Amino acid sequence: MGPLVPYIISEEFSLVIAFFLGIAFGFILEQAGFSSTKKLIGLFYGYDFTVLRVFFTAGITAMAGVLLMGHYGILDLSVIYVNPTFLKSALLGGLIMGAGFIIGGFCPGTSVCALAIGKLDALAFVFGAILGVWGFIESFPLVENLYNANNMGMVRISDYLGMSNITFGFLLALMAVGAFVATWFIENKVNNRESKIEPAKRNRYALAAASVFVVLAVVAFLPGKQDIINMRIAEAKRQQTCVFKEIPADKLADEIVNNYYALNIIDVRSPQEFEEFHLPMAINIPFENMMERQYEPLFRQRLKNNIFYADSDTLVRMACLKAKYIGKSENMIMRESAREFREMFYLTEAPSPDAPKNELQTYTFRTTAARKMDNLVEALKNIGAPVKREVVEVKGGC
Amino acid sequence: MKKSELIKPKAYMNPYLAGFLLGLVLLATIYITGRGLGASGAFKSVVIASVETIAPSHAESTTYYTDFKAENPEGPWKNFLVFEIFGVLAGAFFSGVLANRTGLKLEKGPRVTNAVRIGGAILGGALFGYGSQLGRGCTSGSALSGMAVLSLGGILTMLAIFGGAYALAYFFRKLWLK
Repeated sequence: MGPLVPYIISEEFSLVIAFFLGIAFGFILEQAGFSSTKKLIGLFYGYDFTVLRVFFTAGITAMAGVLLMGHYGILDLSVIYVNPTFLKSALLGGLIMGAGFIIGGFCPGTSVCALAIGKLDALAFVFGAILGVWGFIESFPLVENLYNANNMGMVRISDYLGMSNITFGFLLALMAVGAFVATWFIENKVNNRESKIEPAKRNRYALAAASVFVVLAVVAFLPGKQDIINMRIAEAKRQQTCVFKEIPADKLADEIVNNYYALNIIDVRSPQEFEEFHLPMAINIPFENMMERQYEPLFRQRLKNNIFYADSDTLVRMACLKAKYIGKSENMIMRESAREFREMFYLTEAPSPDAPKNELQTYTFRTTAARKMDNLVEALKNIGAPVKREVVEVKGGC
Repeated sequence: MKKSELIKPKAYMNPYLAGFLLGLVLLATIYITGRGLGASGAFKSVVIASVETIAPSHAESTTYYTDFKAENPEGPWKNFLVFEIFGVLAGAFFSGVLANRTGLKLEKGPRVTNAVRIGGAILGGALFGYGSQLGRGCTSGSALSGMAVLSLGGILTMLAIFGGAYALAYFFRKLWLK
């Protein structure tokens, strides 16, 4: 599940990838004509709308891709960097950049492209941009308040407008197609060309535009990864076809004492219930949070057995099923509930001396096991705890 | 005559195709790193590295530099955007060579002198550089990458950049038009 940095690809190696992504970025910008200031500026005088076409198409493609990947659980949308919104500085900064664009004829990315193929005006622009950045840094104390004013956090425009991501995606794609058609007419008028297009070309464009809407419709109407898993859980529950590997509490206690390192004991109840009482060596993953990325390795590994328990029989079965759909690890459930486990091992009362022999044996076994488990927890409280995987906020920046 | 035929620049790529490919590169960047592309951040690294080299005492006594140093303990060069911009230089050069578009050249409007064009480029660059820091990103880092993840700030910045440029286009028409 993406993003790959930092768990799958290290920060260090991501720099190498950055170089290759940059090559593709620069190559495409240059191929599109962004190394020519006349082509860029044409946008503002109506004689060449290439910038709008490339820019909008790229934005829509990436947006549809991000939504699609998020829908199928390939990309975790909750951790990707959403540029934070600072209302005043975003608008004022944008206006200043607009002035820079019309006076200088480039933006930073395109100026680097133009510089690469030997444009001297781009060299001047890059020099100016460096001066401008330096000027900002030196004058930062003066604008600091403005810079940090109206902090709205990492807010998505769809949330701000109170609509779903996909609804806004549809609107943006519609706007893009509308803009492409309108600017085509404007461009032809400014350049005194006839607004005619070959039927074959027109059909290809229509097909391309339609495919964007197909992708968006898939995200909007077909079930995503989360829905599929939930549907399967509901189904299996209804059909009762799934066979659960159960482990009795006594056997589990024995396993904890002797083989604790081969087990992940997972409490799927709420944190409050976990806090109140939990099995020795257990970790808490509330049922609702099982799909979180930080727990994924637990359900994908094949070295340890996962043993689920809860207070409710249904909950623990659903958790076990869910784990089965997330990964391929060996999953079991404890036959008894957490409450029963507590009663059996920690709240048990000594039977009378003349009780049957097996009852006495059970009592001895359980109290010994309870003591051993406590010793184990005490001994391993520092090293045995699972390494907590912090959800890393991706830092972006420009 | 034949020689000039040979070195004639090739046509530009279809803008929609270029946009689609650019979108895929942006998507790959988001998938791999969790954030989008950018450009002006690399300029910031250049500035900070230069000031730290040329005027170390100034860098040590100014909050902005010390904050940057605290946030980027590996130094200004070891940065995603710096490596990316080196890639952009290489990629654009490669494309320019393939399409016969390389060569020292000053591109300008028909009515301006070289000096005006250079002056305009420096002034425009300075404004863009300043604005990109104030707005937390330029056309690539804020507007394009912001659009891909539906960031409110990114889309507002995009509207402000293009809106600002359109609003001022009339006043600077002599720089570009006949």
